[in-house]
Amino acid sequence: MAVTEQEILAGLGKIINEITGIPASDVTPEKSFVDDLDIDSLSMVEIAVAAQDEFGAEIPDDQLKHLKTVKDVVNFIQG
Amino acid sequence: MSTDRVRVVVTGLGATTPLGGDVASTWSALLDGRSGIRPLTEDWVDSVPVKFAGRVAVEPGEVIPRPEARRLDRAEQFALIASREAWRDAGSPEVEPTRLGVVVGSGIGGITTILDAYDTFKEKGWTRLSPFTVPMLMPNGAAGWIGIDIGAKGGVHATVSACATGAEAIGYGIDMIRSGRCDVVVAGGAEAAIHPLNIGSFAAMRAMSTRNDEPHRASRPFDKGRDGFVLGEGAGIVVLESEEHARARGAKVYAVAAGVGYSSDAHHIAQPEPSGAGVQLAMSRVLADAGLSGADIRHVNAHATSTPAGDVVETIAIKESIGAHPIVTATKSMTGHLLGGAGGIESIFTILALNDRIVPPTINVDDLDDGVEVDIARGEPRKLPDGQIAAVNNSFGFGGHNVAVAFTTL
Repeated sequence: MAVTEQEILAGLGKIINEITGIPASDVTPEKSFVDDLDIDSLSMVEIAVAAQDEFGAEIPDDQLKHLKTVKDVVNFIQG
Repeated sequence: MSTDRVRVVVTGLGATTPLGGDVASTWSALLDGRSGIRPLTEDWVDSVPVKFAGRVAVEPGEVIPRPEARRLDRAEQFALIASREAWRDAGSPEVEPTRLGVVVGSGIGGITTILDAYDTFKEKGWTRLSPFTVPMLMPNGAAGWIGIDIGAKGGVHATVSACATGAEAIGYGIDMIRSGRCDVVVAGGAEAAIHPLNIGSFAAMRAMSTRNDEPHRASRPFDKGRDGFVLGEGAGIVVLESEEHARARGAKVYAVAAGVGYSSDAHHIAQPEPSGAGVQLAMSRVLADAGLSGADIRHVNAHATSTPAGDVVETIAIKESIGAHPIVTATKSMTGHLLGGAGGIESIFTILALNDRIVPPTINVDDLDDGVEVDIARGEPRKLPDGQIAAVNNSFGFGGHNVAVAFTTL
């Protein structure tokens, strides 16, 4: 059963909060990781690994650098 | 003493120790003669012959928010807790960033990170390693984080000299200010080494006490029945400042950081040189560097780790280089041995002894070793006299490092 966009968003919010301390409610689709959430590249690696554990979708390094917004990651995980 | 030299003063203190989560609680417990040594409850305790240690009284996770804590080795967490307390205590001074420095070291560095990360690597592969593994395991990590925390651009350094690390950091900090490079330096040491590999390795040297039936009585410097050191953890960090800078901002001043003396044994990698000549040289040099005579020194916070080999040699060296008159104490009897953190917390205790005119006791000296011919603060705190007085903190480390730091009242 495929996870919904809402479920992915909630899961990402939890992961990002755990890793960066940013409130999960601030993790909304249009937000840019770098410009809006001030997340550095090392934290993005941690988020990608945690997302892989949570959703089973591996995010290769060459894809990760193209995922600029929360929505980009949600779309990638949904495939 | 050269009269044109920059005077360095101490304007802030910070610590997290087995006796308390800050300086005030630690100092109060020390003066009460309380032991911070407890049985270990971890499931690995059956694998090692030593079943007790001095864990910090306040877990760092209660102080540092989780997103920050997960990027820090435990030793870095201790260092940040202590440096933030010291910085606040100093009044969070306004300093030109290029004239603000950090010298904070650790004897072993991020050893728990290394070992845990290697387990992760073997079990799950490299992709599951935290991208912060390297900055967590490097021994200069704590100094780097503190530098970021306070915006220090005048130079961030990490001394590494085993159990002399914290004292050497403070000595280096004094010299950074004297040389004119910095106005303010945050300096000290941190250690988080309570791990079965470390305990097993120190036990393999036969260096640790195995008094498992009485952990609180295991650290007993100068006592005939001492059988090794007791491992502690934590951090002690001070804010050093040029007197001119401190006066200009009306800072509270604890003491003058009057000088530092270094020497090295060139004898054995892990045993003290039996004549104590190297230790004596460090103390003679600190007197010369601080422009003090032996008679000025009224108190020594000894390195005294409770090992059979080291304690008595140190007291003989104190007698030879300073005299038999100072009130000597070994606070490791209560905190255990914080390795790279020892020189940090023990410098703080030396500063507070001058500031409050009271020497904390050495506990567990039931039967004073016959070779001890100096005045030990046995069992009870001791008053220090009024007037201008000085004190020395000794710290020695595997590798043959000898460091003595002198402080004076204002």
